[in-house]
Amino acid sequence: MANEVCLRFLGKETPWKLKNYQSYGGYEVLKKILSEKTPPAQIIEEMKTSNLRGRGGAGFPTGVKWGFINRDAPGKKYLVCNSDEGEPGTFKDRDILRYNPHQLVEGMIIAAYVIGANLGYNYIRGEFWNEYRRFQDAIDEAREAGLLGENILGSGFDFELHCHLGAGAYVCGEETALLESIEGKKGQPRFKPPFPAMVGLYGEPTIINNTESLASVPVILEKGGEWFKNLGVENSGGTKLFSISGNINNPGVFEVPMGIKFSELLEMAGGMKDGRPCKAVIPGGSSAPVIPGARMLDLTMDYDCIQKAGSMLGSGAVIVMDDRQCMVKVLERMSYFYYEESCGQCTPCREGTGWLYRVVSRIENGEGRMEDLDLLDDITPKISGRTICALGDAAAGPVQGMLRHFRDEFEYHITHKKCMV
Amino acid sequence: MSEQLVTIEIDGREVKAKAGAMLIDVADEAGIHIPRFCYHKKLSVSANCRMCLVEVEKVPRPLPACATPVNDGMKVKTQSPLAVTAQQGTMEFLLINHPLDCPICDQGGECELQDVAVGYGSDVCRYVEGKRVVADKNIGPLVATDLTRCIQCTRCVRFGAEIAGVRELGATGRGEHMQIGTYIEKSVDSELSGNIIDVCPVGSLTSKPFRFRARAWELVQRDAVAPHDSMGSNVHLHLRNGEIMRVVPKENEAVNECWLSDRDRYSYQGIYSEDRLTKPLVKKDGEWQEVDWKEALEAAANGLKAAAGGDGDQLAALVSPNSTQEEIWLAKKLLQGMGSDNIDYRLRQGDFRPGQPDRPWLGMAIAELEELDAVLIIGANPRQDQPLLGHRLRKAAMKGATITYINPLQLVLNYRSSQWVTTPAGMLEELAAVGKGLNLRRGIIAQTKAEDRHKALAASLKEAGKAAVLLGPMALAHPDASMIWGLADAVAESSGATLGLLPEAANSTGAGMICEAENNGKVRELLENPRKGYLLCNLEPSLDLHDPALAGKAFDKAEFVVALSAFRGDSLDAAADVQLPLATFGETSGTFVNAAGDWQSFAGAAKPLGEARPGWKILRVLGNVLEISGFDQDDCGQVLAEIEESLAGRKPENKVKVDVNEERWMPAEGMARIGDVPIYAADPLVRRASALQETVHHVEAAVRINAETAKGLGLEEGGQALVSQGDGQATLPVVIDETVPANCARVQSALAGTEKLGAAFGAVTLTKA
Repeated sequence: MANEVCLRFLGKETPWKLKNYQSYGGYEVLKKILSEKTPPAQIIEEMKTSNLRGRGGAGFPTGVKWGFINRDAPGKKYLVCNSDEGEPGTFKDRDILRYNPHQLVEGMIIAAYVIGANLGYNYIRGEFWNEYRRFQDAIDEAREAGLLGENILGSGFDFELHCHLGAGAYVCGEETALLESIEGKKGQPRFKPPFPAMVGLYGEPTIINNTESLASVPVILEKGGEWFKNLGVENSGGTKLFSISGNINNPGVFEVPMGIKFSELLEMAGGMKDGRPCKAVIPGGSSAPVIPGARMLDLTMDYDCIQKAGSMLGSGAVIVMDDRQCMVKVLERMSYFYYEESCGQCTPCREGTGWLYRVVSRIENGEGRMEDLDLLDDITPKISGRTICALGDAAAGPVQGMLRHFRDEFEYHITHKKCMV
Repeated sequence: MSEQLVTIEIDGREVKAKAGAMLIDVADEAGIHIPRFCYHKKLSVSANCRMCLVEVEKVPRPLPACATPVNDGMKVKTQSPLAVTAQQGTMEFLLINHPLDCPICDQGGECELQDVAVGYGSDVCRYVEGKRVVADKNIGPLVATDLTRCIQCTRCVRFGAEIAGVRELGATGRGEHMQIGTYIEKSVDSELSGNIIDVCPVGSLTSKPFRFRARAWELVQRDAVAPHDSMGSNVHLHLRNGEIMRVVPKENEAVNECWLSDRDRYSYQGIYSEDRLTKPLVKKDGEWQEVDWKEALEAAANGLKAAAGGDGDQLAALVSPNSTQEEIWLAKKLLQGMGSDNIDYRLRQGDFRPGQPDRPWLGMAIAELEELDAVLIIGANPRQDQPLLGHRLRKAAMKGATITYINPLQLVLNYRSSQWVTTPAGMLEELAAVGKGLNLRRGIIAQTKAEDRHKALAASLKEAGKAAVLLGPMALAHPDASMIWGLADAVAESSGATLGLLPEAANSTGAGMICEAENNGKVRELLENPRKGYLLCNLEPSLDLHDPALAGKAFDKAEFVVALSAFRGDSLDAAADVQLPLATFGETSGTFVNAAGDWQSFAGAAKPLGEARPGWKILRVLGNVLEISGFDQDDCGQVLAEIEESLAGRKPENKVKVDVNEERWMPAEGMARIGDVPIYAADPLVRRASALQETVHHVEAAVRINAETAKGLGLEEGGQALVSQGDGQATLPVVIDETVPANCARVQSALAGTEKLGAAFGAVTLTKA
């Protein structure tokens, strides 16, 4: 049941080459759509049926999002693919770019056809140089084969696709900061509304989808929305790429159906290293609050279940920690990340992330005070929900989660000025 | 924005508002205060400071009032626990890294952060970690930085991008490391740069000349009108013990909005310059001697009387267009009392042929400039000449107006425009060709050929909803100014555009109304046929006149020259026989009439330095000493009442009666001088404003020519050139400047070193020196 959508050609001979991708059946869906001139509304319906929810982390239904753009309205429209996966623990889109770039290109052409965009960008994380090159090669190959550019496959539809390498800012994964970055500006999220579907790249209507979402499109349309939906569970259709890392034997990317048991996923990843107990799991990238290991083993990997447990599925980055990990140190590292990555425009995030980091760091270094824990409890809700983008929430979430589940470890640190583990 | 009205509720009060208006504006209108830092009514909404968070019913998170449009039935709470907790939270975050050392901060006492902290801050700081420190940057002589105090509201950045039209400041770095700066160290050079001090809500950007010289609570605030360009910007003077410590804008939406040009903001420093004339002086045996007022006035009266010798025509008065209405009026009256009509204010004009407007003006209200759809501007650089008029034109351009310039210089502009750069003589051809594009045939228009661009411009002027043809100072200084008026009038009339002037000085328009150009003296004639006695008001002969060489000779020949001046200077020392110390900006009451014909009166605020006296008082007493009737006014208001009565509601107008077939005085061949006036050399006061003179806009006299012209003459950058105009000569350094058209030499006026040269615009020869 694994690797059926985005990683469906994994294991085959160089599937990132156009020739091979086509020999495995790639670009057939696109050809069909363009030759039959499938009505875009029909494609949107199919996407809605599939219940594909945005794989970047927010989980917004892709079909609904596409419906926000009136493809027949005059003026330019843009399609942007967000390959800036910067969430600590996430490395799933990298594998798509590496092993199946043409499926993403195909998905983007179809999406552009649906929304009426003639220009698209794939914004790739700055550290993904090799993947950037590979995707660029794929674009070049596709253009050479008449799959990109003017009058694609004689259909009269034009679509040009550009690759844009980021410069290493986490916040540029936020879709409007990403647009600013493409425009050559400092990567800072825009205030919303207006949403990008109304005022996006260069002020024009823009649809931004995650790499995994777009790469799923050709398969969904080939096999049908119903088929895709049924792979998963209620409210979480299809399969999902999980990047699982931490104290496990076989870290990596696994494409599995939504709703799979966490224990099964852990099994696929080779189980806990050295057979140690699972102490804690961050189920959806570092901004997702931590869940104690024992609890996690009872959960299934889908949007609803993880949310009910007080965290979120996010980008599907699962970080597994065993009993040798000090939660204070873990939190210090994560808080440092958000402190460094806050873009700096909103006061609560700019000032608050530094404050959180310094307090946690003091506790880690044996200079904590018991009232610091109340301070952290008090500051975090003043950051969450008070900023333009979700980075403030992302910085507050881990602190809140750690204090909720591992407060004793923090207290131990403060009292004994050393680690519990 | 929709005009539809909606009803919302703020803190239980019902408020009507335009649908889509931002909540913060609606609350402000209703007098409900919501704290804010990044929001500024003239700047785009950035919604990043998070201070204006309020509760909106049915929304779980607090929303920023600055970025939340109102809709019908919306219920807003600005004081609810959710709102107040959010506001207090933001306040605490803002203060954790802010140095809480208000007593040593220049902004202390007039600081938005300080004020809001009183309402929303806690008395205890829970932040015990180290605070952020940011190295200060040197951004030039006008604005001091104290970047550790910055709260990252980005108002200064948005001001640069949106109002000044130059992105000089930006934010670099992320998160806590975010800093305001220029990236690569440079000065902030916008002509409106001082406004970033006003928009900065904290003490991060402050006035460099004013810094640490006074505390806000020691200052007394008085209103005044800026004395330089024809905008008539409204200002507040901040005084301590009768001394002007700084100048800040006074909001007037119809004039300067809430902005002020740097020239108007910093020129006050000139008031206290070292060469300020503080005592009456009389020249005795070639030596200047300080005397008391009585002796000086008697010497002035006797000298003028003797020079006239019973023939009033032997007297002439040259008054600066920066003088007040009252000064000009009394000077005129004084001359009339002595039998002379020879008064003029058009000091930088070279062509006085008849038919030019008697009382020229902008032709519209200032705010109307931004409503224009098509504008043709001839011989002007509004960004430098009248920076805030330039700002209005920029606004028009940003709204999509097509703006075309015909200039003898390529301008550095901050908006999209067409610039037709040509020689001074060529300006007439360009303008005539536009006339041709409008199918006109008269005069020189018939001989020109309209190219596509001329036809396109003609069409755009004709088709525009609102169009204007505007002349500027370089058009007036042109040897064929009357022809330019004539052609511009023809183009405006036939295209339906409004004809207007961008006057150079604070009271150019008012002076025109009093002096009634056609009936009174003409500067050139008054100097070409030297009179025996001159009254000079508020000018320096070598710097403020169109043809300094001619003026120098005339004053040498004159038997007696009396000067009312705020400052001493070499050329005035040489020309005058009596110098009467004049109260200057801020020290005198009076009235200026701005470009749009708005009469703006102001009271004297600062104590005149030394024995200086307001010009109207000096002239009034001089009238008494000369025993001329009608010099009994007790205050400035009475003088103004007299002027108003005499003008009897007369309005400025741009009526042109020029035959566009006149002889052309600007030779089409040969080297032409372009003698525009640098922004900070425009009048005696600004020339002495020390901080402004340290900016990049300070220029020294030079010959600016393009590389091609230089090559042809065997000149090179850094070399010296001998500039000859008539029998006047000057040796000046050569600067290669590609903004100057071929066969032209930009030798700017009003600069030391150009005293011996002739007309600002005219034939000139260059040789290697």
